[in-house]
Amino acid sequence: MGDSKGGPLAKGLGNLSDRALLLFAGFVYLFLYAPIFVLVFFSFNSSRSTQTWTGFSLKWYGALLQDQSVLKAFYTSLIVGVSSTVIATAIGTFTALALVRYGFRGKGFTDSIVYAATVMPEIVVGVSLLVFFVAASIPLGITTIIIAHVAFNISFVTIVVRARLSGMDRSIEEAAQDLGANPFNTFLRVTLPLILPGVVAGALLAFTLSFDDFVITFFVAGVGSSTLPLKIYSMIKFGVSPVINALSTVILVATVLFIFGGGRLFIKKEEG
Amino acid sequence: MGEKKGRGWSLGLAGLLAPAAFWLGIFFVIPLLFILAYSFGTSGVYGGITLGFNPGNYLKVFDPLYLKIVGRTLLIATLNTLLCLALGYPLAYFIAFKGRKYRNVLILMVMIPFWTSLLVRAYAWVVILGGNGLANKALQFLHLTDKPLNLIFTPQAVTMGLVYSYLPFMILPLYAALERFDTRLKEAAQDLGASRWHTFWRVTFPISMPGVIAGSILVFIPSAGEFVIPDLLGGSRTVMVGNLIQQQFLNARDWAFGSALSIILAVLLIGAIMYYVRRVGTDQLEGG
Repeated sequence: MGDSKGGPLAKGLGNLSDRALLLFAGFVYLFLYAPIFVLVFFSFNSSRSTQTWTGFSLKWYGALLQDQSVLKAFYTSLIVGVSSTVIATAIGTFTALALVRYGFRGKGFTDSIVYAATVMPEIVVGVSLLVFFVAASIPLGITTIIIAHVAFNISFVTIVVRARLSGMDRSIEEAAQDLGANPFNTFLRVTLPLILPGVVAGALLAFTLSFDDFVITFFVAGVGSSTLPLKIYSMIKFGVSPVINALSTVILVATVLFIFGGGRLFIKKEEG
Repeated sequence: MGEKKGRGWSLGLAGLLAPAAFWLGIFFVIPLLFILAYSFGTSGVYGGITLGFNPGNYLKVFDPLYLKIVGRTLLIATLNTLLCLALGYPLAYFIAFKGRKYRNVLILMVMIPFWTSLLVRAYAWVVILGGNGLANKALQFLHLTDKPLNLIFTPQAVTMGLVYSYLPFMILPLYAALERFDTRLKEAAQDLGASRWHTFWRVTFPISMPGVIAGSILVFIPSAGEFVIPDLLGGSRTVMVGNLIQQQFLNARDWAFGSALSIILAVLLIGAIMYYVRRVGTDQLEGG
């Protein structure tokens, strides 16, 4: 167990407890992936069943493309995701700058609010916003969804950007200022490029959280507008159907592409 | 931006903080104050609310009907946390110490389900546990039962769905804690004659404690407030606090009681986090 030399996976797995560990790890991975594979597999089923295989067919994907309400929900999710990400990333980056670069009265309090927004149970955030919007006579719809998503995303962006900022070497900025750059130029030409990987990571996180959010959106969406998670929820409530399997498969593939694409972008930025 | 580490407020600082103060103030803090005020109000018959100081909404939680739901929620969330720990610890240990050059791939394989839509993951279990689903087929194939069992809409189904959804939240901080572990410590313990079992419980496990605590918080808190999974896999028979709150706001229209339940949930869960953070320290939590 103590040998830390490199080598193939099998090496050092000679004894019994190591084999048991390997077996157990395999079992956990099976548990994580089997349900997803079952979903994907039956999205290609030729009959309505999501349980009994009757033959290969792409008809559920066809049905999915024909379903205007799914496309509309996807479009809504995209608008909400992009707009809330842009707003929250800007606000979160400013907040991180304030928290790292300045010492001020009420910093501890600001910190607590930022963290509280990340740990507050989603359902509490959802119902409190519902109560607030109704009391303030703000009609529920896409605007209230965006407002809510910005509210929960600011903190996540702040935390990610802050981590990047606090590890940053200040001397480069000082050099720029010594060479005559004004604060605005210093920020735009020196600070921003340096913290960009953190800002991009924060934005990716914000977009994912927004695109995937169900609970808070459920309370602030009202009757008219539906995001993709809300649409999937109502489809599941209506009944199990291979169309949901097809939609799930599309989302899965998009997620995997997003992770790899985002990861690659991130690594490039890091090197550049 | 020059060196501005002072105690004072400046125009630049105010400009940087103003947007967040505005947004979080109006759309996070004030709404919470609203439900705090509503929780002491009185709900009218038709859904209206009269403000005042009525502690009745809080006392209502002690009604055996609701206490049972609170108890069930805590029980399921605790069970979920323990199961995630039991499944997640050996896996994180395996990746950190036996994964070798495959470590990154193995941890990425934990990340993929983690980033996948929660609804999609819950739906997978609706299909598997449902009426004549694969779980029932497997049980019948193995001759463990001869007729389909009622698997969905049970506390077990909810726990299963929660473990499936929250397992990555446990594995990632555990891995982060174990990955930084200096294996020479283990070697030293073994050189000094400790058995492998002893080495694990006396050296490895205590050092990974920040990861255990961070993972437990990340699993326990959201699962105690969970509403989607018990809704889809528990139905009307396995109601958790999250569902009870939703019912008060959308069906029963008793906003005062719903607000009181929300405040109780928030105070309990945030109190639990603060208790742990005080005990362990923020640095360790963030590190783990």
